[in-house]
Amino acid sequence: MDLNSIYTQLIMEHSKSGHNKRPLENPDISERGHNPSCGDDITLEIKIQDNIIEEAAYTGVGCAISQASASIMIDLIKGKSVDEALDIVDTFLSMIKKEISDEEELEILEDSIVFQNISNMPARVKCAVLAWHTLKEAVKSS
Amino acid sequence: MDKFDIKKIKEDFPILSQKVNGKRLAYLDSGATTHRPNQVLDAMVEYNKVSNGNPHRGAHQLSIRATQEYDAAKVKVKEFINAKEIEEIIFTRNTTESLNLIARSYGELINKGDEILIAITEHHSNILPWQRVAREKDAVLKYMYLDDNGRINKKEIEEKISSKTKIVSIAHMSNVLGTIHPLEEIIEYSHKMGAIVVVDGAQSIPHMKVDVQKLDADFYVFSAHKMLGPMGIGVLYGKRELLEEMPPYLLGGDMIEYVTEQDATYAPIPFKFEAGTQNVEAAVGLRAAIEYLENLGMDKIKAHEMHLMEYALDKILSIPYVNIQGPKDLESKGGIISFTIDDVHPHDTATILDSYGVAIRSGHHCAQPLMKYLGLPATSRASFYLYNTEEDVDQFIDGIKNVREWLGYGP
Ligand SMILES: Cc1ncc(COP(=O)(O)O)c(C=O)c1O
Ligand SMILES: [Zn+2]
Repeated sequence: MDLNSIYTQLIMEHSKSGHNKRPLENPDISERGHNPSCGDDITLEIKIQDNIIEEAAYTGVGCAISQASASIMIDLIKGKSVDEALDIVDTFLSMIKKEISDEEELEILEDSIVFQNISNMPARVKCAVLAWHTLKEAVKSS
Repeated sequence: MDKFDIKKIKEDFPILSQKVNGKRLAYLDSGATTHRPNQVLDAMVEYNKVSNGNPHRGAHQLSIRATQEYDAAKVKVKEFINAKEIEEIIFTRNTTESLNLIARSYGELINKGDEILIAITEHHSNILPWQRVAREKDAVLKYMYLDDNGRINKKEIEEKISSKTKIVSIAHMSNVLGTIHPLEEIIEYSHKMGAIVVVDGAQSIPHMKVDVQKLDADFYVFSAHKMLGPMGIGVLYGKRELLEEMPPYLLGGDMIEYVTEQDATYAPIPFKFEAGTQNVEAAVGLRAAIEYLENLGMDKIKAHEMHLMEYALDKILSIPYVNIQGPKDLESKGGIISFTIDDVHPHDTATILDSYGVAIRSGHHCAQPLMKYLGLPATSRASFYLYNTEEDVDQFIDGIKNVREWLGYGP
């Protein structure tokens, strides 16, 4: 295992900067997600207007991977329609499961492609997908 | 063996000489499970090659041999913990099953308003079964908490144990903090107040001499896989008079006397609690594991571990950004160091240490109520055993010193 491929600059910057880590005022959706086995615990908050994700942020505790993944996802989905966001989530989850062979399909993932190598680290996959599963649940339940 | 010859000991554990992630393996997760020496592995292979049969069920040679092997393992366990009688030893799958058996079965004797007392440091396997008993019987589940030194003190013991207390169930040694609880005091006071005491010995039995009669424990349970034995076998020691009044846990073959269409009578202990075909191969492995421990000597094993702990604590306490959870001295503490690193989540610590060949555990260690009580989402845990060396400690400390840098913090 190569640590460099996991703890990339981008992941570290996101997990440290915390620019998406805060509570929202009057969110339309608030969804909690956690990994019982390891203790990552985040709450995702979203504001939606005319089917567009206007604002999103998260709070909670967790490892660098789970925190960075939430932050990168939020940057990516802001301003997208709910359907576009769901499409991105599904693509991300498929990438982690190594179900996508066509690299072009991954382009919509932009920065979140840095998590591609996580699939080589079974112990950390749950950390990387937590925010994405939480988003899916959030949209489903709203 | 006179001297504790660590080099020779390591040769008995082939798994430890491999490389992981291109690095020498420093295995510091024996609190989760230990490795098996050749002596244990060979004993199990030999059993399968020569003696395998269904014990207690046949008149033929192999069944007889399997029965003899199974019984020999019982005798070994009885002697190891100094139980009074062989019938007081019951084989289960692991500590978890032993605790569930006691809670399900002895729990039948609990009444409305009775109190069950456990410690805040317990493993989930010593919490959930009691939660269910309390719910079903309308009993009350209470906790003993820690003082500023991370220990359960006399005041807490005497405040929490009352004439309402029927069961006190507590780990001999905490799997998170390494604290060795004052069992003698707890047992003496519980008996005075009319309660029985269940001891979860999963973390203690691998590391220290335990004498269940001297302790006067009512039940004492543990798993073979944490004491050099195989997975899939555990022990439940219980005092005869308690076991005899308890209803059986699992029903089926090997645990009956007579069965009619509508009814059955049960076999005497220990068979009453050993329904179905038992794991004889694992029993053989457990016996070999105990023999291995006895050959080294429990006192010498403990001394070796305490030396490693002293060596490790000395180094780790001098690193300013490392915080130790639980007692920081070695008084009533076993070979476990639970810690956190400033600004770093324990998951990341474990992943980074793994890349340095250091195997530790991070998470809530199946003790979520304790984590909440300590106000921590998780900790990292290094646990030591007889096959660990100063070199393992050095590798661990070197790894720790690199963790923060990987996450972009200054050293
Ligand atoms: C204190 C304690 N109790 C119970 C258990 C459960 O042991 P097992 O998984 O072998 O049933 C463990 C091990 O994880 C433990 O450390
Ligand atoms: Zn995580």
